[in-house]
Amino acid sequence: MTTITMPTRSAPSGPVEPRWTYPKVASVVGAVILAVLWLVPLLWALDTSLKPEPETTRAPITWLPQAPTVEAYRSVIEQGDLIRWFLNSTVVSVLVTGLTLVVSVLAAYGFSRTHFPGRRVLFGLMIAGILVPPQVLIVPLFQEMTGLGLVDTYWGIVLPQVVAPVMVFVLKKFFDGISRDYEDAARVDGAPRWRIVWSVMVPMSRPILVAVGIFTFIGAWNNFLWPFIVTTDPSMMTIPVGLANVQGSYGLRYAQIMASAVLGGLPLLIVYALFQRHVVRGVGDAGIKG
Amino acid sequence: MAVQTPPRALSTTRPAAPKPGAGRPWMERWGGLFFVAPFLLLFAVFLVWPTINGFWNSFFNTSLAGVKQEFLGLQNWREMFGDPAVWSSLKNTLVFTAMSTPPLVIVALVMALLANRKGLLGWLLRFSYFAPFVLPATVVTLIWVWIYQPGFGLVNGLLTSGGFAEIDWLNTENRAMLAVVITTVWWTVGFNFLLYLAALQGIPAQVYEAAAIDGANGRQQLFRITLPLLSRTTGLIVVLQLVASLKIFDQIYLMTNGGPNYATRPIIQYIYQSGFTSYRIGYASAISYLFFAIIVIVSVAQFKLFSGRRDAA
Repeated sequence: MTTITMPTRSAPSGPVEPRWTYPKVASVVGAVILAVLWLVPLLWALDTSLKPEPETTRAPITWLPQAPTVEAYRSVIEQGDLIRWFLNSTVVSVLVTGLTLVVSVLAAYGFSRTHFPGRRVLFGLMIAGILVPPQVLIVPLFQEMTGLGLVDTYWGIVLPQVVAPVMVFVLKKFFDGISRDYEDAARVDGAPRWRIVWSVMVPMSRPILVAVGIFTFIGAWNNFLWPFIVTTDPSMMTIPVGLANVQGSYGLRYAQIMASAVLGGLPLLIVYALFQRHVVRGVGDAGIKG
Repeated sequence: MAVQTPPRALSTTRPAAPKPGAGRPWMERWGGLFFVAPFLLLFAVFLVWPTINGFWNSFFNTSLAGVKQEFLGLQNWREMFGDPAVWSSLKNTLVFTAMSTPPLVIVALVMALLANRKGLLGWLLRFSYFAPFVLPATVVTLIWVWIYQPGFGLVNGLLTSGGFAEIDWLNTENRAMLAVVITTVWWTVGFNFLLYLAALQGIPAQVYEAAAIDGANGRQQLFRITLPLLSRTTGLIVVLQLVASLKIFDQIYLMTNGGPNYATRPIIQYIYQSGFTSYRIGYASAISYLFFAIIVIVSVAQFKLFSGRRDAA
């Protein structure tokens, strides 16, 4: 690159370029077209779910329902286990998120701030654990769960998901960046270490904890493979696993299938819409630093 | 809000800081282990142990009940290397990875360049691009199976109304994988998009101001400044995406069940079928380890590539 001479005058007051140039308009149009393309499948699902059943299979497709109805939603809720799956997904996701945060924060603090024999070896082992794809473990883990009697239980679904070496790694790196002065001061005051974690480290790393929490929650809510393996009883299934069976059980009732898809996807879309700022920043933090 | 008292300065008139645990050398030496212990316990029970146990199982003829029946030595491994289903499912996994990775990187980059703006439009763009990522695999596949439906699905409805022949996407051997790739790009590109967006927002505005003063136009700024500065992020995204694509299972299992005629069955589905449909735990474990080895090789190779590049920079 050519050498750049820094301007000596103060910050420019106006925009450097004219406001609406051809490339700028083109980029807005392109962005909007892409956004529409990405939204169409979601809107099409919503659209289908509001049609009366016969209209969904009409040969030239209709864009908007001619007689919108929530009939499909009513029958899906009445006939299925959807409410139960919702409850299961909520319990599982909350437990996974809460336990992952507590366990990972403690471990990250231990690896970042304390010294005990074997610490480096254990940390290395944990890093190696990041490489193990959960998919490789489904068979032996299922055997283990059978042995422990945890098949078709919440703990069976939850506990393997709490092991998140990546989260410990990300948090440990973050803790490494926090100045020790704060905790030294707290230690002078005689605070025990576990209180330091709670009253110094946690408040200082709130943004990254929020990000880790949101991603753990989304991951747990959406996890398909492990709950699919470890649950056989429909009353213990989570939303993703339960919905995998609806295609068969509803037959070719597309309005109902789409109604259950909308209901299954809506909670996370709402969570995302509310926390978009945290999600966007969280991906940046975890991705760039991790 | 947690109330946080401001840290006190160390230079008070107090005597030297009493070492916590002073007089308890055992606590001072081993106390840290307590913080790590809960994680380590779960890590050992639900990750290390099944990893070892799976490897061990691959040398036995084990049933799903977990009773080790007979020692087979390397027989599972020998059978695996001669099993055409292993190679075809491995090939499908690699084909999916090769087809899905480029669009998942390029579309993400385009999206980030387009959506890097403030205000309501920026918010709406970010929402649209990332929204599918927060949906469960099942919701995604229910929607897309419906979209690909012959007769009255959205895609075929548009094709026929445009005068084209309709395609039975999910039941045609050389179309099914493409259909899965399109669905996957729609579903997961948002994550890469956010990684790019974070990197873009990390580029200081002065760089562009200086370039503009030097007379660089928009296209020059894009190709001479933005893209070169994003190259490290691109490397990271490619690494993450390759490993994620190799782990393909959910969408294919839910959309085509590996069909038609096993044309889309990925290696993880073959592991699943060997273990939970044929009840051949030992054999499934051997294939798991083949897959594991591939993931490790790819990860380590890319890690080396990466750290090498960083040293050079």
